[in-house]
Amino acid sequence: MGTGLNPSYFIGLSAALFAIGMYGALSKKNIISVLISIELMLCAVNINLVAFNKFLTPDAFLGQIFAIFIITVAAAEVGLGLALIIAISRRRETNNLDDLDWLRW
Amino acid sequence: MENVYELIAFILLGGMVLGSALLVVTLKNLVHSVLSLIVTFIAVAGIFLLLNADFLAAVQVLVYAGGVCIMVVFAVMLVQRTDMEESNPVNWRFGFATLLGGGIFILIGLFAARSQWMLTGTEVPKDTVGTFAPILLTEFVIPFEVAAILLTVALTGALLLVKEVKANGDGS
Repeated sequence: MGTGLNPSYFIGLSAALFAIGMYGALSKKNIISVLISIELMLCAVNINLVAFNKFLTPDAFLGQIFAIFIITVAAAEVGLGLALIIAISRRRETNNLDDLDWLRW
Repeated sequence: MENVYELIAFILLGGMVLGSALLVVTLKNLVHSVLSLIVTFIAVAGIFLLLNADFLAAVQVLVYAGGVCIMVVFAVMLVQRTDMEESNPVNWRFGFATLLGGGIFILIGLFAARSQWMLTGTEVPKDTVGTFAPILLTEFVIPFEVAAILLTVALTGALLLVKEVKANGDGS
């Protein structure tokens, strides 16, 4: 390899980013910050895919194409999620995720 | 010598990614944490540049740092009713989430450090877009079109969700 970096560095970085995102997604009260943390986790996955693309399949571009699709789906998810949040906050005067339990039996 | 520069760039960008991601989950003010989310996304675009993915870096800056973050800031302004200073609290799952996140990081780090890599010696082609646009439009053309339909349906649905609730609110 022409570079001193190997995939372990990037996997370590994306694991740390994923762990931070998971911590945020589990421990936050506000709905929007949970959505932000999910974005962080998707970003970590993208770093992983692009790193594998560079080091394992440089010619086939599989990782980068997967990353493009993930970015597309994440953009759709954020748009839909924010629309749901705005719709919920018009019905209910809260943005605490633990208060949204009216589907519970 | 080039390796040293790459390593320095990786350490700087990685530190920026992790530091601003930690700020995202620890800051008290939700608007400030969205602002540091923008920093995170731009640093991740730098990591993509380091990995010879220049088109993805541009898409990352345009879609995430430009589009998604502005949308999130607008949603924060629309939704937040109480004081913005304490808008990002943690709930009772704090300790559990810390344990789970740390455990996952340690587990993946251990596996990544112990693994042996069978690297192909080839480099990523210089002309990234010119190489993968034909692949995207021949081999992956069906997922590509499905992604287009997904985007259209999701954003139309989002519009409909917001609009319908507003009509109900006016009517009642």
